[in-house]
Amino acid sequence: MKFQKILRIAWEGLMLNKVRSFLTTLGVIIGVASVIVMMSISAGAEAAIAEQINSLGANLLIVSPMRGVPGAARTLLYEDAFAISEQVIGISGVSAEQAPAPQTVKANGTTLESISIVGTTADFPAVRDYAVAEGTYFTEAENDRKLKVAVLGAGLAKDLFGEESPLGQSITVGSTKLTVIGVMQTKGVVADIDYDGRVYLPISVVFQKYMTTGSVMRADAVRTIYVKVESQEKIDSVTTQITSLLATRHDVDPAKPDFTIQTQQDIIATQEAATAAFRDLLAWVAGVSLIVGGIGIMNIMLVSVTERTREIGLRMALGARPNDVQTQFLLEAIILSLVGGLVGVLLGVGGSLLFCAFGEMRTALVPLSIPLAFGAAAAIGIFFGYYPATQASNLDPIVALRHE
Amino acid sequence: MNSLIELQRLTKVYGDDPEAQVFALNDLSASIQYGEFVAIMGPSGSGKSTLMNIIGCLDRPTSGAYLLDGRDVSGLEKNELADVRNQKIGFVFQSFNLLPRLSALDNVLLPMLYDIHVELSSEEQYTRAAEALASVGLEKRMHHHPNQLSGGQQQRVAIARALINRPPLILADEPTGNLDSKSSVEIMDLLHTLHQSGVTIVMVTHEPDIAQHAERIICVRDGQTVDDGHCAEKPL
Repeated sequence: MKFQKILRIAWEGLMLNKVRSFLTTLGVIIGVASVIVMMSISAGAEAAIAEQINSLGANLLIVSPMRGVPGAARTLLYEDAFAISEQVIGISGVSAEQAPAPQTVKANGTTLESISIVGTTADFPAVRDYAVAEGTYFTEAENDRKLKVAVLGAGLAKDLFGEESPLGQSITVGSTKLTVIGVMQTKGVVADIDYDGRVYLPISVVFQKYMTTGSVMRADAVRTIYVKVESQEKIDSVTTQITSLLATRHDVDPAKPDFTIQTQQDIIATQEAATAAFRDLLAWVAGVSLIVGGIGIMNIMLVSVTERTREIGLRMALGARPNDVQTQFLLEAIILSLVGGLVGVLLGVGGSLLFCAFGEMRTALVPLSIPLAFGAAAAIGIFFGYYPATQASNLDPIVALRHE
Repeated sequence: MNSLIELQRLTKVYGDDPEAQVFALNDLSASIQYGEFVAIMGPSGSGKSTLMNIIGCLDRPTSGAYLLDGRDVSGLEKNELADVRNQKIGFVFQSFNLLPRLSALDNVLLPMLYDIHVELSSEEQYTRAAEALASVGLEKRMHHHPNQLSGGQQQRVAIARALINRPPLILADEPTGNLDSKSSVEIMDLLHTLHQSGVTIVMVTHEPDIAQHAERIICVRDGQTVDDGHCAEKPL
C-alpha cells in the first residue's frame, strides 16, 4: 500500500520533467540496445562462419601436416591419399590438394596477376560438395595422364571471358598452356579463401609444372587431404584408422603424429576463437555505454535531489521516514533504467531484425542477451540510484526546509 | 500530570569544540497543557527556532527530557521521530510549503501517505481530506493547484494538511509572516476556531500583535524562558 503510493510519487516526480527523464533514459536505451545488437551481430557472424565451413562438404575430415613440426610439411604425400582411399573403411571419397605459389593467368587477351591455383584430384567436387556448373571436372584417368586441363572458379571465368563460354578455350597459367574444360558453381569466400577466384588443376600437373624448381618440398607433397566419411557415426573410426595408417607410413608415434586430423567442428571452433576477441570487445564497448548511461542517471538524480531539497524536507516534516525518501528516489532511478531497458530491448531486437532484413550484415538474436541487458539495466538503476537516494534520505529536515 | 508538552531542563549545544560551544538552549523548562493556545516569542538568536525544532521533533536536545503526549521523545532515532511528527504534530509554515504540482486535495493527503498506523481506504482518505478542506472553507477549491490560490488560501490548505492526521498539536511557525494583514486576520480567526474546537496550538512569532491572539506567551531569551506571560519583544 505504502510502497504503491511511493511508487506513484516517484513516477510523478519523473513526469514533472518529461524531457529530462527521457534524455536520462536515452543513455540506458542506447546501452541496452547496443548490447543486444552487438551480441546478435557477432552471433550472426559466427553462424555464418559455421554455415560456410559446413558448406565445405558434409562429414569431412581434414588431414594436414602438423604445424611447428620440422619437416612435417614434406611428409604428407600424394601416396598417403592413395593409401587412405584404398585401406580405410567407411569413407566415400578422398581429395588431395596442393596449392603452389600464385601464378599469372593469361587468356583471351586478359592478364591477371597472382591467381591462386589448386591442384586437386578427381574426387574434389564430390568430397567438397562443390559442383561443376558448366562443362566437366577432370577424371582420375586424366589426372593420371597429367592432361593439361583446367577448371575455373565462377568469378575467374567471368573476369577472363566475360559472358563468353570459357569451355574449350585455352589459358596460360604461369608458362603452361591449359584447356578449360569446366567452370565451378559460385561458392564465395569461405574461411578467407575465395573459391570463385581460383583455378583448379589436376594435382599431377601441379606437381609437374609448379612444384619442382628450387623447392625444398618433395614434388609430390600435398598441403591437405580431404576425406569424406560415409556418415557422422563413422567419423571417430575413420579418424583412428587414418591416424594409425599415416603414423605407420610416416614412421612416427601415433601419440605424436606429424599431421593433424580436423573435423569441421574443430575448424569452426578455431574460427570462433579468432572472432571471440572481437566479440568480447564489442560486448565490452556496449557494456561501457550501459555504465555511462547509469552515470547519467546518477548525475540527474543528484541534480533532482538538490532541486527538490525543500520538498524532501517538507515530506520529512510531514512524517516521511528517511527510508521512505530513499525508496522514492531509488524507485525513480530504477524506473528510469527499467523503462530505458525495456525501450532498449525493443530497439535492440528491432534493430537486429532490421539489420538482417535490409543490411549486408547477418544477425542472429541471442535470446539470453535480452534478460542479460535488461537485468544489467535494472542493476545499474539500483547501483547508480543508491547514492543519490541515500544523499536525499540523509538530509536534515530543518536544513532542507530552509533550502531555497 | 496533564501536559501535552513537558520540557525538562532542555539544553541544545552546537559545536564540538568546548572553547567555541554555543548554548542555543540552556536549561530550559516549560510545559503546555492540552487545549492551550501558546505563542513563543523571542528575538533572533534567542533559541526560539531551536526550541521550535525540538518541539516539532525535527531536532533532538543535547540533554534534558521532552515528553510529548506522555512519551519521552528526546532520545528517539530518526525513523521514530518521523512517525511522531506524522502522528502527533501538524506543521504550519511561514512559506506554506505546498507542493506546486499537486492539487490542494493531494497536498492535504500527503501526511496520510506516511501514516503507518491508520490504514484507511482511498475513499476514506479522500473524504477525510475533503472534510479538512471544508473545515478551512476551501470546499470549492479542492482541485486547484497552489498557484491558483491566494496566499491566505494556500495557508488554509496548509492548515487542512496539518489537521488531516488529527494530531494533538498544531505547530505554527510564523503562520502569517508571508501574508497581508487581511489574510493574517483570516488565518488567526481560523486558528482561534480550531483552538475552540479543542486543538492545542503552539505558534512561533516575532510579531507582538499576532502573539496577542494566544492565551499565553512564552518568551525565550538566551536559551531560557523569561517572564512567562509578559513578553514584549524589543525591536532590534
